[in-house]
Amino acid sequence: MQVFDLEAQGLRALNATLHTLNRQTNETAWEIVNPKGSHAIAVGVDAPVDITVRGSTGYYCAGMNKQATIRVKGSAGPGVAENMMSGTVIIDGDASQYAGATGRGGLLVIKGNASSRCGISMKGIDIVVHGNIGHMSAFMAQSGSLVVLGNAGEALGDSLYEARLFVRGPVKSLGADCIEKEMRPEHLLLLADLLKRGEADHLAKPEEFRRYGSARKLYTFNIDNAAAY
Amino acid sequence: MSDFPHTPPRQSWTFSNDVNAEIRRAAATGIYDIRGGGSKRRLPHFDDLLFLGASISRYPLEGYREKCATDVWLGTRHARTPIHLDIPVTIAGMSFGALSGPAKEALGRGASEAGTSTTTGDGGMTEEERGHSRTLVYQYLPSRYGMNPDDLRRADAIEIVVGQGAKPGGGGMLLGQKISDRVAAMRNLPKGIDQRSACRHPDWTGPDDLEIKILELREITDWEKPIYVKIGGARPYYDTALAVKAGADVVVLDGMQGGTAATQDVFIENVGMPILACIPQAVKALQDLGMHRAVQLIVSGGVRSGADVAKALALGADAVAIGTAALIALGDNDPALEAEYNKLGTTAGAYDDWHEGRDPAGITTQDPALYGRFDPVLGGRRLKNYLKVMTLEAQTIARACGKNHLHNLEPEDLCALTLEAAAMAGVPLAGTNWIPGRNGF
Repeated sequence: MQVFDLEAQGLRALNATLHTLNRQTNETAWEIVNPKGSHAIAVGVDAPVDITVRGSTGYYCAGMNKQATIRVKGSAGPGVAENMMSGTVIIDGDASQYAGATGRGGLLVIKGNASSRCGISMKGIDIVVHGNIGHMSAFMAQSGSLVVLGNAGEALGDSLYEARLFVRGPVKSLGADCIEKEMRPEHLLLLADLLKRGEADHLAKPEEFRRYGSARKLYTFNIDNAAAY
Repeated sequence: MSDFPHTPPRQSWTFSNDVNAEIRRAAATGIYDIRGGGSKRRLPHFDDLLFLGASISRYPLEGYREKCATDVWLGTRHARTPIHLDIPVTIAGMSFGALSGPAKEALGRGASEAGTSTTTGDGGMTEEERGHSRTLVYQYLPSRYGMNPDDLRRADAIEIVVGQGAKPGGGGMLLGQKISDRVAAMRNLPKGIDQRSACRHPDWTGPDDLEIKILELREITDWEKPIYVKIGGARPYYDTALAVKAGADVVVLDGMQGGTAATQDVFIENVGMPILACIPQAVKALQDLGMHRAVQLIVSGGVRSGADVAKALALGADAVAIGTAALIALGDNDPALEAEYNKLGTTAGAYDDWHEGRDPAGITTQDPALYGRFDPVLGGRRLKNYLKVMTLEAQTIARACGKNHLHNLEPEDLCALTLEAAAMAGVPLAGTNWIPGRNGF
């Protein structure tokens, strides 16, 4: 286990060190102590390593992650795992705005609640939130899956494309062009897998969720949809 | 019939033929007019400025004998690897999707041969452009289409796009005709949809967030790459100051003449300011912060010639960017294709339906039959020639003003032909020492 004291050694040294790691590294387990809400912790990592952050983080923790498993033993600030490509990011606490924004792959697990715009413009990432999510989540979401064990705020899935949204609790309102859709057997299988990988299969069953997706009415301009533009 | 003289038919100035035609078009279609390019209005511009040249008190340099340097460094504030270009004329961001693959290749070829940079666009980085651009600026846009850390690291600079001159406050638009299989795959979108990009970044809002976003990008790229911030010509004094505060190495400022691949005509013609009005504001912000030349300023929007380059630099810019002019150099709107433009209901020089993907020049299209007509090697050579001519023209003017580097041009070398240009550019009206708006007058 490699231990990195962020307060003592600094952010630049941390990320520079993590960027030296590659697929062949033997230093596969890392612990970051004293994060104290710092921004940009463990960004741009591209190696199959395990990183544990002992405390809460600021903006953009695990941004653009590839391959790594990054666990935050606290809460995460805005934009956690933004544009993640692959790997896994697990937040033991809550996540602020824009969690998983534009993520293109990998899995983001938030064991607490996620604030507004969770999964905004997601492009292939899977996100599992054990608690609730805030307003405008999955705005313009393109692909991937968002699973919410709790409730969703206003305007869920506004202007979304092909992302799949699964919410167990009440949804305050759906955004433009987002509709409830039939839950078919393949969706239950997908959900079961996501719940398992999201460390949530002991908390909820796939049958308890409702599925939401795009009505695809805004894919081409139509004056009769002007109120939605 | 009366013997009295008739009042001749009189067309309303307010309801001109053009205005009436647009009303009829709107009534028939129910959708706003979408087009490419920048503002077509008559705007105060570089044409309204003149250089004074040498005199008894200023002596010129000998053309072709005494050196007039043209190089520029970009990103010297924080980046470990700033960019050094041979000429201060760069290629502005234009997306693969808006442009064909061969057109992007031609831009890379021509720019590299001329010693300057190209810029990606709202669609990610293509091999055509990376492979042929010696210096490539990678745009970081609200849509984040194709964004990934590998391309960030193989870019030579990163440009965070806050806005563009054609549509400050608007997002990208690419209509279904141009969402081919390849474009759809790069953007992770269904094929054939009318794509509307976000107008705001998804994970930051405001200058304080931007500062943290820049920190993140620097950390991901190990502080190697210059980070540009591109703004539309909306509030250039404050936007420049805030970009500097957020940590930008370079500010890119785009006036309303700057083109777009597609947006609403009403947006292009009614939002933002001409570049002439923007440059002095941005320069003043840099000067007030003590950062002029420390943070470089690239300006764009209607730059067409070496004279325009020289005037922009004299007003305080470090470099310019060209988009529309580069496309024309490649062959866009060429009268040689007049018959084909006529078939599209337009004429060479006026063609702006780039979003429809039917460009007979093969530049603004994703149709293989059309872009197959375009020769990227020839296009690159034409662009290189054009860039070289612009540089020679700017040097000619600079030498006439006694400058041994283009960056030594200064506002004192200029006068204005109109009151508007004098007020906007902050240089005297020709034949006077009057700068409207200064000293209470």
